[in-house]
Amino acid sequence: MADPLLTLAGVHTHIGQYHILQGVDLVLPRGGMTVLLGRNGAGKTTTLRTVMGLWKPSRGTVTFDGRPIGGWPTPDIAQAGIAYVPETMAVFADLTVAENMILAARSGPIDTARLDWIFSLFPALKKFWQFPAGVLSGGQKQMLAIARAIAEPRTLLLIDEPTKGIAPAIIEAMIMAFAELKRETTILLVEQNFRFAASLGDHVAVMDDGRIVHRGAMADLARNEALQQRLLGLSLDTHQ
Amino acid sequence: MTVAPAPATTPDALPAIKHDYLPILLPVALSALALPFVGNPTTWVTLTVAALAMGMMIFVIASGLTLVFGLMDVLNFGHGAFIAVGAYLALSVLGLLSGWVQVDALGWNLMALGLAVSVAMIGTGLLGWAFERVIVKPVYGQHLKQILITMGGLIVAEQLIHVIWGGDQKAMALPTALRGAVLIGDVAIEKFRILAVAVGVVVFVAMLVVLNRTRIGLLIRAGVENAEMVEALGYRIRRLFVGVFAVGSALAGLGGVMWALYRETLTAAIGGDVMVLVFIVIIIGGLGSVGGCFIGAILVAMMANYTAFLLPKVALASNILLMVAILMWRPQGLYPVAKR
Repeated sequence: MADPLLTLAGVHTHIGQYHILQGVDLVLPRGGMTVLLGRNGAGKTTTLRTVMGLWKPSRGTVTFDGRPIGGWPTPDIAQAGIAYVPETMAVFADLTVAENMILAARSGPIDTARLDWIFSLFPALKKFWQFPAGVLSGGQKQMLAIARAIAEPRTLLLIDEPTKGIAPAIIEAMIMAFAELKRETTILLVEQNFRFAASLGDHVAVMDDGRIVHRGAMADLARNEALQQRLLGLSLDTHQ
Repeated sequence: MTVAPAPATTPDALPAIKHDYLPILLPVALSALALPFVGNPTTWVTLTVAALAMGMMIFVIASGLTLVFGLMDVLNFGHGAFIAVGAYLALSVLGLLSGWVQVDALGWNLMALGLAVSVAMIGTGLLGWAFERVIVKPVYGQHLKQILITMGGLIVAEQLIHVIWGGDQKAMALPTALRGAVLIGDVAIEKFRILAVAVGVVVFVAMLVVLNRTRIGLLIRAGVENAEMVEALGYRIRRLFVGVFAVGSALAGLGGVMWALYRETLTAAIGGDVMVLVFIVIIIGGLGSVGGCFIGAILVAMMANYTAFLLPKVALASNILLMVAILMWRPQGLYPVAKR
């Protein structure tokens, strides 16, 4: 693959006594969406957190945009152009939606045109602009978490299970928003909802026991039920 | 960038914002409850003003500590060192400026006090910065070690005070124009208490403005909720924490000066004496909550003053009972900070 955006080569991560990532090899092309699939405990979240510097790799290299970022402090990784939306959303509940967005725009006031674009993706945020984030619904918090990640242009978005616990109506809205987002930036998405992942993903990587066990085009995996059965243990019809 | 062709729509009825005024009413209710027991309204006013002054001093000391805990989960049992060092630095400055202190002119008195407070705050701010870098930084995330090493720091600071200023009890006289009381009808209100209330209110308002109207303040509030996410947004939370620690130490130094002037004596253990009340205040206020700390400080001071007058034998235990009652009502404190 020519000039990949993100490369993990033989990455091992320990959390306390647990050896979670056991030699992850992952190459992320520039542009589009790569989906990281796998059963619970396979190491998907740990992979994102390791890229973000929230857990330090004990071995292996993480290269982003040609720079070795493995072991960098998290703020430096964020400043290099990576944004992170954690599984917990981690919106600042006591801060208003506006204040959450102000903090996300590190370089100064949020660009008005960009804010209008964000509002076009997530209209609810405009409505609740002066509301504390803590009073928003789960889906609205997820929208805020994603909006915060794109408050300024970023090279790579790491998004961890955005559909978890979210109402189906909001998931449909999110599919439209992500389809728009992936035209602007590269996305690495961790997802359990295969239908959601298959409708958006361009590339796919499947993890098991702390390693990547499959890489390829999402369309190929979506078409191949036998492969889904082997890798994920479920067919497209049932794994939603 | 293009505008999304089909905007995401959501079922987005406006959520209700709940304003929680109940804790604010507690000091009002407590003072109203005390009135029939105290009996004499003049005495009640005197006790209430004394409680407000004491509460403001405790708030000034505790406000930095609650942010330090909220921001980095650091248990600093050495906070008392900054109270004592601040008081002793001010003692030295006021000693050098004894002419300004003893003259019966409010302007000169306030200038002397202002200089003493400035030296105390700068000194304790710098000491706080060094304390964080040398003592606290190596034990981030290790509560037991934090307790042990910060208590060790407190002991070392107290011993150094003995070496520098001597181990005997010092007198810390109020500047001449701040002695005595102002008479309002039958009620005599000590001048220094008015000053203490004013300083406390100014510190509280300044903190609210900084926390709510500045980017640094937003970062502190966000960091108290979820420091990891603040880092993931690209901010160096540890640098922010060092700043908050130093400012919190400087505020403890200011509180130390006020506390020593209030008691008119000081020893190296002055910090340890008040820290019990400070810890009660930050626990009942909600760890990391400046507003909770403010209300908690007033409540604790009211309880201490009313019970010292009505039932002196239970005065010490009264605040423990207050803490138990509040934690039974709100286990996370009066204004719990939303945590990740």
